[in-house]
Amino acid sequence: MSLFSKENREALIGPLHLNNPVTVQVLGICSALAVTSQLEPAIVMGLSVTVITAFANVIISLLRKTVPNRIRIIVQLVVVATLVTLVSQVLKAYAYDVSVQLSVYVGLIITNCILMGRLEAFAMMNGPWESFLDGVGSGLGYAWVLVAVGFVRELLGSGTLLGLRVIPESIYAENGGFYVNNGMMTMPAMALILCGCLIWASRALTKEQK
Amino acid sequence: MEHLFSLFVRSIFVDNMIFAFFLGMCSYLAVSKTVKTALGLGVAVTFVLMITVPVDYLLQTRVLGPDCLVEGVDLSFLSFILFIAVIAGIVQLVEMIVERFSPSLYAALGIFLPLIAVNCAIMGASLFMQQRIGMEPGSSQFIGNVGDALVYALGSGIGWLLAIVALAAIREKMAYTDVPKPLQGLGITFITVGLMAMAFMCFSGLNI
Repeated sequence: MSLFSKENREALIGPLHLNNPVTVQVLGICSALAVTSQLEPAIVMGLSVTVITAFANVIISLLRKTVPNRIRIIVQLVVVATLVTLVSQVLKAYAYDVSVQLSVYVGLIITNCILMGRLEAFAMMNGPWESFLDGVGSGLGYAWVLVAVGFVRELLGSGTLLGLRVIPESIYAENGGFYVNNGMMTMPAMALILCGCLIWASRALTKEQK
Repeated sequence: MEHLFSLFVRSIFVDNMIFAFFLGMCSYLAVSKTVKTALGLGVAVTFVLMITVPVDYLLQTRVLGPDCLVEGVDLSFLSFILFIAVIAGIVQLVEMIVERFSPSLYAALGIFLPLIAVNCAIMGASLFMQQRIGMEPGSSQFIGNVGDALVYALGSGIGWLLAIVALAAIREKMAYTDVPKPLQGLGITFITVGLMAMAFMCFSGLNI
């Protein structure tokens, strides 16, 4: 069996578009909406979830034959909680500002439905390497949605990207120009509406391809 | 007393779990098709919150906090594992107690009870409670004793219940409208929730 057989490629690529965890399966919405008011926390959150999903998938897949079926949920929760604690400590040590911005949402990765869904549906039935690819695929599928929403919200909401100014100061109304930031974009409500539009666009495109 | 009231009202309207923090979104979207089931889930979430948040408060202040167990040791990095274990355990316990003493409520809640263990609103409330312990005592969000934690849990639960019942009622009516095909189902639901969140934004200046 080759490392990148057709099924393995499917496990990696599928979640990015046709089987996207956020827009198609609608899992893990809570954190997807809350951390996207700026681009940087969205990227960090996407990467954290990718890492955690991939490694939790590997660990559960290695344990799948030894864990009794009745206590598997608890085992899965403990594995995920341990990984989340590790990631949260690393973030606090090396990216303190972002970890303050993410606040409780790092801890809430534990209850992210994408993780539990992948562990139940994939890692309990497949080998470690396939599970790893599946975890990376699902994580990245989640990450790009976060980055897309974060991009639009930071660009229109504060005129910056990753904290760097993109829309020049000179065209702002207070400097004699015509442009004003859309303050709504930084509010929670717009995250929901943008995400709804993204689902709309994604479903419209998928239907055309079929 | 004044503080408790202000904490209660704020946690329902201003710090609403759904509209301000997007917590418990997965089950919020999945179970809001009819008012009746939405009400059942809302009651179950409120019930579990009112047990887990005070228990986690005691754990945080008596076991995990700095200098609690051993002098000079801060164990709060263990809070994720401990909180989720408490939540999973209590959900199991609540399920067993409800089944034993009130079979009718158990039948009404059905599969929602076990699902609550992975509802982010429950975990989120415990994590927010952990944050709020560190706030200054004058703030209206401060949680300083078990009573505060209980009131905060009740308020958050009622806020969640209000949000899910309102959405379910709107979705029941929306079944008769002509929505563009790709937008049907989740797309339009998201946009509806967005508009509801905008309406709730007008509470944001509320301060009692």
